[in-house]
Amino acid sequence: MFHAVVAVKQVPDTTNIRIDPDTGNLVREGVPAIMNPYDAHALAAAVEWKRRLNGRVTVISMGPPSFTTTIREAIEMGADRGILISDRKLAGADTLATSYVLAEVIRAIHNEDPIDLLLFGKQAIDGDTAQVGPGVGVRLDMPVVTYAVGIRAIDLDDDTVVVERRTERWTEIIETPLPALLTCEKDIAEIPFAPLPDLIKSLRYEPEIWTIEGPVAFEQDMIGVRGSPTIVYQMGTPPLPEAGEVINTRETSIDAAVTFVFQKAEAAGVLGTILGGEK
Amino acid sequence: MTARRFWVFIEQEQGKVHPVAWELLGVARRLASQVAEEAQASGDEVSVEGVLLGHQVRDIAAEAIKYGADRVYLIDDPVLAQYRNCPYYMSIAAVAEKHQPEVFLIGATTLGRDLAGAVATALRTGLTADCTKLEMGEVKGAKQRLLQATRPAFGGNIMATIVCRKHRPQMSSVRPRVFPAAPYNPDAVGEIIAEETGVTEEGARSCILEFVHAQEDTVDIEYSDVIVAGGRGVGGPEGFAVIKALADAMGGVVGASRPCVDAGWIKYPHQVGQTGKTVRPKVYVAAGISGALQHKVGMQNSDFIIAINSDPNAPIFEVADVGIVGDLFEVIPAMIKEIEARKEARV
Ligand SMILES: Cc1cc2nc3c(=O)[nH]c(=O)nc-3n(C[C@H](O)[C@H](O)[C@H](O)COP(=O)(O)OP(=O)(O)OC[C@H]3O[C@@H](n4cnc5c(N)ncnc54)[C@H](O)[C@@H]3O)c2cc1C
Ligand SMILES: Nc1ncnc2c1ncn2[C@@H]1O[C@H](COP(=O)(O)O)[C@@H](O)[C@H]1O
Repeated sequence: MFHAVVAVKQVPDTTNIRIDPDTGNLVREGVPAIMNPYDAHALAAAVEWKRRLNGRVTVISMGPPSFTTTIREAIEMGADRGILISDRKLAGADTLATSYVLAEVIRAIHNEDPIDLLLFGKQAIDGDTAQVGPGVGVRLDMPVVTYAVGIRAIDLDDDTVVVERRTERWTEIIETPLPALLTCEKDIAEIPFAPLPDLIKSLRYEPEIWTIEGPVAFEQDMIGVRGSPTIVYQMGTPPLPEAGEVINTRETSIDAAVTFVFQKAEAAGVLGTILGGEK
Repeated sequence: MTARRFWVFIEQEQGKVHPVAWELLGVARRLASQVAEEAQASGDEVSVEGVLLGHQVRDIAAEAIKYGADRVYLIDDPVLAQYRNCPYYMSIAAVAEKHQPEVFLIGATTLGRDLAGAVATALRTGLTADCTKLEMGEVKGAKQRLLQATRPAFGGNIMATIVCRKHRPQMSSVRPRVFPAAPYNPDAVGEIIAEETGVTEEGARSCILEFVHAQEDTVDIEYSDVIVAGGRGVGGPEGFAVIKALADAMGGVVGASRPCVDAGWIKYPHQVGQTGKTVRPKVYVAAGISGALQHKVGMQNSDFIIAINSDPNAPIFEVADVGIVGDLFEVIPAMIKEIEARKEARV
């Protein structure tokens, strides 16, 4: 039976992040927490294939207890089992420490219920690092296909998957042995409406909480801050560039403003570039 | 005496080098010079080195030397002819373990991002993604200068400087066009050192069955000299006709802010900014774009920025070299007329 594991992260909805104009600080209040959008699409793909191949989907997430809402949301979307790895000692993890914990958890799940496919988001929108997926793949010594935009076929007899992968230059059709790890673009699958039974199930669902006490034994110096080679050394606001000259068409005329721009361009030596459209 | 090696991944696909490789060689040279003094004092040797993988790509190694590499490690093997995650990361990890680079820079392209996370994990070291500023600086408690890698965080509202104290190499990915290309010196000399991949076709795991080239809208705004970008102020998909007309008159391409892409007015490859492309054209025209931080980080390194916005307080004017406060639907046609008139006058 087909078994997919999806790694989901809860993120602040960065499209709603605001800066306080007076203090220049980040306004965190009222910023809703959502399932990382790429992870939601990855989960949708897993659920689609579980229905086709009659299998099951497990979601895993590492984070504070508040992440349970994201796991419930995953159950609502059709996941069968949700595991939250949550412990104070795991906090402060960078991508290397995060990939360690997720890889160990996946190994444990795999031992009791073999996994065919691992799905990750392309990146988490709070950090945009896109490192955790490939990192977990390397740790588990599994083939990795990033930027997946479609799953063409899964063959459980041959243990292969055919994936469409989009790069800047082309789309690659890649065949890879299972188990494999994909990191997914939003195109991988549409997010469906939750069927009523899943919705009801999610309301009552209690995610399994795994801590450093068990069931997985993590190495102390691989997790949290200690397991993270990178540290934030400084934080600052971006430097302000020098402002140029501004002309207002209401105070002069459109033609005068355009002439002004061309003068400035000439002075900066880019007039030829602006007139470069001959052909 | 130890060797302090500054590595750059020389990205190529099907024999075509990604220009970000030459940009990173410039960065690596600057970083190397920042430790020159301290290295001299302790008798260490500093070098800028390229790592090149592929099949029949030796001429690219020679090019890398002209862009400033002292040495290029070349892994030339049929198994590396097409980029694939497994054989590439394994080969690179092995060469890195052998030569112990201090710093390793990789372009944050789709290929580079696929590779960087895997290499960093294989080497069990830290990786900072999408850096916009890199310096070898003094860090409290460290004997040698460390790589200070600065990147936007929290949607670009804050800049975070990351260091990797103990693990080596200190890895960073850098987006194309954040830095200028290194100077090209046709007389430069350097060494090409052949290395083995150690990965067989069976070990490569995946197999690319087919390449599908996109038919529509494969605009390459990253390396265009002229970009005319429209924002929400263009009002709708039809507004981009005006933007396109100016781009055509200037021989440039069309860019856009994110809301226009999200609304489906124009396709994603046109998007400029933190979640789109970073660009540094000779001329960038921003029309109907307010100038949010996330947009500015993608275009503020352009040589000459012209902003057109009806709101005199729009932040875009803070980065513009010259700004016009006015209605883009009036200003742009007047600009096109002026361009046509001047072209006429030239012939
Ligand atoms: C994590 C994150 C990532 C992001 N990534 C990106 C990114 O990659 N790229 C990006 O662009 N944005 C990005 N954004 C969004 C960004 O914050 C802004 O919302 C966006 O850039 C605003 O786009 P805009 O300037 O087109 O629209 P608006 O801010 O609505 O500005 C429209 C402007 O048009 C002017 N205008 C209106 N009518 C006219 C007219 N007739 N003539 C002249 N001017 C007119 C108005 O005065 C206004 O200044 C990101 C946001 C987040 C949180
Ligand atoms: N704390 C986490 N818990 C579960 N999955 C995660 C976590 N962090 C990252 N991931 C997964 O890794 C992907 C890439 O994340 P990132 O490398 O942070 O951009 C995400 O889309 C998730 O699928």
